Amino acid sequence: MTHSTGSVSACLPIHSDLDLVRARQQVRQMTAQLGFGLVEQTKLVTAASELARNALVHGGGGQMECTEVTGGGVRGLRLVFSDRGPGIADLDLALSDGYTSGEGLGMGLGGARRLVHEFRVDSRRGEGTTVTVTSWAAAPPRPREGR
Amino acid sequence: MPEQQTADDRTGPAQEVALFLRERREQIAQRWADAAVFRTVFTVSRDEAVEAGRAVVEALAAVAATGRVEDSEADGFTVVREQLARTVRSRTRAGASTGQISAETDALRRPVTELLLDELAEAPADHVGECTTALAVLMGTLRLVMLETSTVAGEELINRQRLELLEIATPVIKLWEGIVAVPLIGTLDSARSQVVMETLLDAVVEQHARLAILDITGVPTVDSLVAQHLMKTVAAARLMGAECIVSGIRPAIAQTIVHLGIDLSSVLTRASLADALAYALQQQGARIVPRAVAAAESR
Ligand SMILES: Nc1ncnc2c1ncn2[C@@H]1O[C@H](COP(=O)(O)OP(=O)(O)OP(=O)(O)O)[C@@H](O)[C@H]1O
Ligand SMILES: [Mg+2]
Repeated sequence: MTHSTGSVSACLPIHSDLDLVRARQQVRQMTAQLGFGLVEQTKLVTAASELARNALVHGGGGQMECTEVTGGGVRGLRLVFSDRGPGIADLDLALSDGYTSGEGLGMGLGGARRLVHEFRVDSRRGEGTTVTVTSWAAAPPRPREGR
Repeated sequence: MPEQQTADDRTGPAQEVALFLRERREQIAQRWADAAVFRTVFTVSRDEAVEAGRAVVEALAAVAATGRVEDSEADGFTVVREQLARTVRSRTRAGASTGQISAETDALRRPVTELLLDELAEAPADHVGECTTALAVLMGTLRLVMLETSTVAGEELINRQRLELLEIATPVIKLWEGIVAVPLIGTLDSARSQVVMETLLDAVVEQHARLAILDITGVPTVDSLVAQHLMKTVAAARLMGAECIVSGIRPAIAQTIVHLGIDLSSVLTRASLADALAYALQQQGARIVPRAVAAAESR
């Protein structure tokens, strides 16, 4: 699929529980505008919730960048979560269901991967973690004037 | 008075006020300690209030010494800014409005002015006028500094009120003898989940509930943390002899939970609150007539 990437349309800080609420609201609003169906909206919002919380809890805080993308005539939303925390030492382990270094269920990272269409983790020990996810509106958005 | 501001080398009224503040620091701090803005904030001991007053007098003296009595950004305020912010936060939390805090700060002016007039009893009238004006401007600037921090404190208050709203939005509804329901609305973060669990367990004890329905229709996102909280609540209720039913799982959320990989099979679930109630009544041995169910649900 050929992707054309738009400019970053929103960049939100992730430093508190309240920021997590804002991040979810932002993703919900953008996916709705892009014509995502309710299920796809819910999936991406939930993935965002997991990844934003990981950036907050494990990465010590970070940010979420939202970018509208287009590919093969379909519109999508790309989210980039980045933090400057300790990084993920063993990515396969971190992705496996039930693994947690804290007290969570250990379902966040692997679950987020299943909830989105494209998923990538870049992490260096001691330097931080960047998780990039993209999901597409299941069907091309209905033609509509404006916006 | 622009010419006064440039004449830093000569001793103007501002510098004289600075001198006065330093000399009478103890007396001023003692009088301020009884003013609302100090007395109500530093409650551990009067000494604490006096100490806080001393710091503010010292800061005002430092600002006056530079001659910039009207400058709310003056370096002299830096050392007390944190203390003033704390004062404002504390007053805000106690329910004081910005206007009230402003008035309380203004009330500090009179005792210090009285002391200044006392000090200048022998001085010529125009000199007294200049000095009291400088002091009045300086005290006005202090008020401005307070108000600037109060805007920040106001924002914090809004966040706090939002949190409180989350807490009171956790009512326990008695649906039937032995059946309670908790309709959850909004974000189910860790703090809120704790409240929900405690409220629910209290209700189980007080109302001898055997069945508790947690309705999540109003929870917009169910992620792994929310799911974990739900499971913990269910497990805790079970330990107390009550069975929990989670209702209101919308189709999109059900699909998301499955993709997320969370196993809710240990939790009894029903699609709607009505279904959950029907189940609960059945468990209690009640005979279900549809019209009766509707009546109970709207109660
Ligand atoms: N941004 C990050 N920085 C550092 N470590 C991370 C980051 N994200 C995930 N991890 C590591 O990967 C593990 C698994 O993450 P995952 O989100 O699956 O589970 P969790 O956060 O521990 O629990 P939960 O199920 O509540 O999300 C974490 O426990 C943590 O050790
Ligand atoms: Mg996680």
